Amino acid sequence: MTEYSERADYSERLLERPVGKESPGRIRFVWLIVIPLIAVLSQVYVPRFVWFLSYLELPLLITVHFALHRRSPIAAVFYGMSIGLVQDSLSHQPIGMFGIVKTLVGYFAASVSMRFDVENPVVTFILSFFFYFFHQFFYWVLTRALLGEVVNFDAQQTLVFGLLNAAVALPLFRILDKLKVAA
Amino acid sequence: MDFFLSRYRNITVLLIVIVGQLLLIAYQVKSNRDVPLVRVWAVTAVTPVEQALEVVRTYTWGFVEDYFVLLGVKGENDRLKRENGDLKMENHYLKAELSTADRARALSVFQAQTQSKTVAARVIGNGTGANSKVVFVDRGSASGVESGMAVVTPDGIVGKVVDAYPTASLVMLITDPTFAAGVVSQKNHVRGTLKGQGHSECLVDYVQNEERVDPGEMFFTSGDDRIFPRGFPVGAANAVRNGKTFKEIYIAPSGMQGGVEDVLIVLEGVHQQIPEGESASAGYKILQPAPADTNTAAPSDPAGTLVTDADRLKAQYKQAGQDQNHVFGEGVPGSKPPDFTKIPGIRAATPTPAPGGAQQPGNAAGKPGQPTMPVQNGLQNGAVSAPPKPATPTAAPPAADAPKPKPKPTAPILVTDPADADPDAVVPTAPKSTAAPPGPAQAPVQPPVQPKPAAPKPQQPPNQ
Repeated sequence: MTEYSERADYSERLLERPVGKESPGRIRFVWLIVIPLIAVLSQVYVPRFVWFLSYLELPLLITVHFALHRRSPIAAVFYGMSIGLVQDSLSHQPIGMFGIVKTLVGYFAASVSMRFDVENPVVTFILSFFFYFFHQFFYWVLTRALLGEVVNFDAQQTLVFGLLNAAVALPLFRILDKLKVAA
Repeated sequence: MDFFLSRYRNITVLLIVIVGQLLLIAYQVKSNRDVPLVRVWAVTAVTPVEQALEVVRTYTWGFVEDYFVLLGVKGENDRLKRENGDLKMENHYLKAELSTADRARALSVFQAQTQSKTVAARVIGNGTGANSKVVFVDRGSASGVESGMAVVTPDGIVGKVVDAYPTASLVMLITDPTFAAGVVSQKNHVRGTLKGQGHSECLVDYVQNEERVDPGEMFFTSGDDRIFPRGFPVGAANAVRNGKTFKEIYIAPSGMQGGVEDVLIVLEGVHQQIPEGESASAGYKILQPAPADTNTAAPSDPAGTLVTDADRLKAQYKQAGQDQNHVFGEGVPGSKPPDFTKIPGIRAATPTPAPGGAQQPGNAAGKPGQPTMPVQNGLQNGAVSAPPKPATPTAAPPAADAPKPKPKPTAPILVTDPADADPDAVVPTAPKSTAAPPGPAQAPVQPPVQPKPAAPKPQQPPNQ
């Protein structure tokens, strides 16, 4: 066995052994469908009456929660892609913009979940804030690069909204954890 | 290969998914086509829920409010409280109905007045995306709505349809950063392009700094974008300042004041006139027209209808003719013309020939005693009465027996037709016996011929 293959086996074992606690259970399949739909629907309907809730990115938080707790990059990739495509369908942008961004968010969140204790509220807060900023920034990059639209990126505002979304993520993740059933 | 796929399975799946979506975006952007199937599925799944939620909210919110209002009611006042609650509920219901009826009436009035064919719609939801400003309305392709149609309210334009689904449509508001429309200002008629900014104000771009736009000036659609018919209000200019090349004009959309609830989708647009505003030169004070100068008016025209010097002079000549019992246009050829030297204020013509320059053919012939018509104020002789024929340049042909003079290639001069000078004057035709056959020099333009000793003298008609 060469040195390279030994190192690869070591890395593989390291990846397969999550650092955080074992997930207490999995969410039922029906909730995996219903919860994103509720999130997208609330993003469409609620801001009509409470305008400041338009900056609440519930579909992103759902994606992050799923990826952090499922710890499967492939499943998170497809889950994020599905939610993103539904979001794209309800916008006037070409289909795939939100899909790509949430695909990456799901992949990276699932990858990160293997190295951190995602049950820790501080870690959850930081990760939610980070992925919100990553989501908004990467969406802005895609808009400029792929569509050629000149859209301003307000970093300060995005940071504030990131903090608000992270604050919402803490109780939301607790509620979603209640839906889990024992594996 | 198997090792590679198992070793890099996650990243491989990620790359495949990313590349697939990139290809999907590239296809849409390159071909400018949409993927309607996915959108129809999503919209069809979401919008019915939205409509149901809207109905539930509309019909239950009053009940919930009244429930909280009546929560602390004592028992002995139940009947009164229930009655009170019923009245409040009815009041809320009627207020909502009244508000709805007002909006519906305003829409219907506007719908009846405008020449464009429209269909009413209600906003049922917002689009996704933090930066985008899009809403869903409850009218779709089943109602005849198509992409690109204008969306307006009686107060102004709201947006345009970007996607039409069977039961709903996606409307891009004019505050969306990617929105653009052609506009024109009401007062100064300055054209520009309306652009959304992502917030409550819109920018009118591409207006040169040299153009004049006043703060508060209304903008209307210009119809140049082929989406919005001309003449729909857009909004008033809140701020106007000069930029590097173009002005920075920020306007508040008049159609979105107080939110967007009920809208009209323009199915068939008809251009309208832009209402006239104030004068473009409002900063200048324009005086009233000056009153007629009664001192200079002719005595024969006390009404003051004679407005030019030529009219007054003509009236004086007519008056002189009437004083001397002369009727213009009825005298036989050669009859005595009226004596215009008796007109007060008119300088009497001197019988001496004009010194130098081109002379009248009659005077050029050196005939003494030939009456010289008064030439004043540019009035040609022969323009007032019937003068002796040789006196007019056009009636000065050489004698029949005289050698025909060769026309000189001189510069043409102005020859006045007496009939053109005074419509009331009738120029008698020259007697054929005295008129020589037209020679080659009888062209419409006669060169000024200097008097020559051998030149034939024009035959003078007998002086009456």
